[in-house]
Amino acid sequence: MKTAAKNKWIGFEKGNKDLVLRKVDTIKDDLQEQLKRLENGEVLSDKVIDDLKRRKLITKEKSIWYALKKGPQFVAKRKKLATDVTQEHLRSGDWKDLEFKDYNFGAQGQPIAIGYVQPLLEVVREEIQNIFLQMGFTEMPTNNYVESSFWNFDALFQPQQHPARDSHDTFFLEAPAATKQLPEDYLEKVKEVHQRGGYGSKGYGYDWKRDEAEKNLLRTHTTAVSTRMLYKLAQEKPFAPKRYYSIDRVFRNEAVDRTHLAEFHQIEGLICDYGLTLGDLIGVLEDFFSSLGMSKLRFKPAYNPYTEPSMEIFSYHEGLKKWVEVGNSGMFRPEMLLPMGLPEGVNVIAWGLSLERPTMILYGIDNIRDLFGPKVDFNLIKSNPLCRLGLQ
Amino acid sequence: MPTVSVGRDRFFVALGRTYTQEEFEVLCFEFGIELDDVTTEKAIIRKEKHLEDDDGEVDGDDGEVIYKIEVAANRYDLLCLEGLARALRIFTGTEATPMYKISCIPRDSMLQMYVKPQTSQIRPFVVCAVLRGVTFDEARYNSFIDLQDKLHQNICRKRTLVAIGTHDLDTLKGPFSYEALPPQEINFVPLKQEESFRADKLMEFYKSDMKLKKFLHIIENSPVYPVIYDSNRTVLSLPPIINGAHSAITLKTRNVFIECTATDLTKAKIVLNTMVTMFSEYCENKFEVEPVEVVSHDGSKTIYPDLSCYKMEVSLSEVVGPIGISLDETQLQAESCPSKGEPRISVSVPPTRSDILHARDLVEDVAIAYGYNNVPKSKPKCMTIGGRQPLNRFSDKLRAEVARAGYMEVLTFTLCSREENFDMLNRTQDVNKAVIIANPRTSEFEVVRTSLMSCLLKTLKHNIDHPRPIKIFEVGDVVTLDGSRDVGASNNRRLAALYCNKQSGFEEIMGLVDRIVNVVRAPHVKFGQNYYVPTNEPEFFPKRQCKIVMSDGKQIGYLGIVHAEVLRKFGIPDPCTFVEIDVEALL
Repeated sequence: MKTAAKNKWIGFEKGNKDLVLRKVDTIKDDLQEQLKRLENGEVLSDKVIDDLKRRKLITKEKSIWYALKKGPQFVAKRKKLATDVTQEHLRSGDWKDLEFKDYNFGAQGQPIAIGYVQPLLEVVREEIQNIFLQMGFTEMPTNNYVESSFWNFDALFQPQQHPARDSHDTFFLEAPAATKQLPEDYLEKVKEVHQRGGYGSKGYGYDWKRDEAEKNLLRTHTTAVSTRMLYKLAQEKPFAPKRYYSIDRVFRNEAVDRTHLAEFHQIEGLICDYGLTLGDLIGVLEDFFSSLGMSKLRFKPAYNPYTEPSMEIFSYHEGLKKWVEVGNSGMFRPEMLLPMGLPEGVNVIAWGLSLERPTMILYGIDNIRDLFGPKVDFNLIKSNPLCRLGLQ
Repeated sequence: MPTVSVGRDRFFVALGRTYTQEEFEVLCFEFGIELDDVTTEKAIIRKEKHLEDDDGEVDGDDGEVIYKIEVAANRYDLLCLEGLARALRIFTGTEATPMYKISCIPRDSMLQMYVKPQTSQIRPFVVCAVLRGVTFDEARYNSFIDLQDKLHQNICRKRTLVAIGTHDLDTLKGPFSYEALPPQEINFVPLKQEESFRADKLMEFYKSDMKLKKFLHIIENSPVYPVIYDSNRTVLSLPPIINGAHSAITLKTRNVFIECTATDLTKAKIVLNTMVTMFSEYCENKFEVEPVEVVSHDGSKTIYPDLSCYKMEVSLSEVVGPIGISLDETQLQAESCPSKGEPRISVSVPPTRSDILHARDLVEDVAIAYGYNNVPKSKPKCMTIGGRQPLNRFSDKLRAEVARAGYMEVLTFTLCSREENFDMLNRTQDVNKAVIIANPRTSEFEVVRTSLMSCLLKTLKHNIDHPRPIKIFEVGDVVTLDGSRDVGASNNRRLAALYCNKQSGFEEIMGLVDRIVNVVRAPHVKFGQNYYVPTNEPEFFPKRQCKIVMSDGKQIGYLGIVHAEVLRKFGIPDPCTFVEIDVEALL
């Protein structure tokens, strides 16, 4: 009635509000019209809607409708998508009708239970071994960690006062403390060449002591084995040229840190023949190191008691952009070879390096104990890539 | 390798030219020395005092630049600036090798050193020389002192073989005597002290001296101490410990008396020659040294130093042949010797080059002069066929087999502590089979392992958080005493595997053994039906352990569930089974 009055459809008599008077003949009811239009699904302005909502004539309600019709893959019977091929599928023959669910290729495969070989040292060792074998080298028997000072030092013309023979560099033994048996004839010759020389040498001119030579130790280099092999070779007549190699453990009484261990692996190669030269050594080293991916080499004069001339081997490291020392080499001294009984004119060219160093460079490892020893990390062993040496 | 510190600017003056660091490094590389470090006096002091580098400070503020140069251990003539510069000048051809001379003085006016017989009990040799008219300045004086230190450290083997004493000759009066007396009879004022000490009290006094205490052992327990007197009974030195204060050299000293006492005469001569050849450069008559006559207790007399050249006559091919180059004698600037066939040359080795022992040493010097990197490369001609050691090849096959069985290979150390190798494995009685290190630096290196068991348990402990099951193995050598070998010990190749999980894995390990037994079978390697024979060893649980035997009854290995006590000692919370096999028995 209020709205009707407001719209002036009706009026009231003054003084008597109970009497309602009709004021127009026809009316236009906007509200009714609006509601009708809403009911028919028409869209009204927000203002109108808000007004109607406020008057609680309408409320908001949400409904969702779907329109269904046959798609291109419409079938009357429901079909299950396959996730895998089973034995059953193959036996029944229904693999023909198999349809696969999309696979999530973002997911990883299942972890597999497998075995692992030590992926660093052992694998690099194997590759280096292959290089030696390709170059015609025979492996030396190096399974003797305990050695006498005689074979480790004296036979190599390393004087008894040499600093390497100090107890702070070498592990000497309490048991077995001394060697019981040494080749006497040869020992006399070694003693003579140290004390007074011979074979064209002045010798060191000191009082050589047998006790010192008999002291047992853990070998400080595999050259102790090479020495035994050369001595053996010298006893075989007629002389035959040899190429020998070994890769095995050596021991140094050193403080252990990120790059030093008290025991590590030494790689050693040597060739024994008439008339070998320093030029031959350089040629062999270039072959050997280029197989290891180090083709740019240069050589620096060095000192080593049992080789003369001696050369340190440097290789240009592309990553570090500098020359790094990769090994040592030289020609064994006549004072070492001639007392053994090797013929005059036979030379031995030899080189050595550690296995750990190239392995660390190759895999970019800065702590050697990650590779070797009880503190090795299993995850490192499991995640290391294949060694690609020799694949270039 | 010894390192020599030289002031860069002074060094370049001595070399007669300056170098950029890069140029200098090239020179070092060709000559066979190494520029180890470039630093300054102040930086060295800071380092000694463990002070942090003041950031942003430029080298210019730190005074003279010091080159630390590493030299070969047998080149005592390179241990001071004088010698190093001289050798490089000779190498670069700017100077000829000097001729070192003994000054001509009549024998009756020569200084004498009388050697008393008692010295043979403790330090039998002495050699001496005099440098006349030396001009020192601070740098030369320091170099003179440093060279003695360097020689003491290297060829003198920390003064045990040779000890050098240098004295102001003008404070002394010859002849001298080298004696060995009971310490109670020796009294003198030592260097850097003001009061007189009796020798035995002095030794006591030096026990707290950081520098000198390490030399005391050389004479400490001897009933007599070596001592050198002049004719006024002034003590020159108590070798190899300390000189007397009376004859101490100063910047003003003009005449230097040098004595070297020794237990090794060859080295004493080398040391004396090194001292005099290096510093006769500063004598009034350059490179001239005054001799001293040493009169032995048996009356024999010898004049030192001996600065004669060592003459070597060698064929040219002997010198250039081993290099693989061809040179004629004129290119070598060597003296030719008359010879009918092959050309021969005569080489004079100066007294500075004690490292030249053999013609082969000449080869090296010629090769260095020619340039190692100029030597044409060639290939050895010999044809040889390569091959492996059967044991190593066999070990590799077994390694591959065990890895295929799902085990992870580890590589552990041969050296371990006594505790790990024996006590922690409950194997206390095995100690007398092991190789024992006499001078271990730490307890980690006390014995050589006699089994791989402690090595694998330690490795497991370090990876204890790894997901189970953990299956690891190693093929490696153990060492035990062996009377049949010349050295008294032998290696034995072992294969060991360790399984760790919530259950012991005893059957897993047996499965691995079965696999190995299966693959190693050969006509000479036979196993019967039951190769497991029960045992009762303390490292395993009872009734869950056995040995592995071949059909001839020979034991080739053992396995078992690791005893709880052993696991506890290694800090492993889960059950483990361990097997170890002798690989050599299967070869």
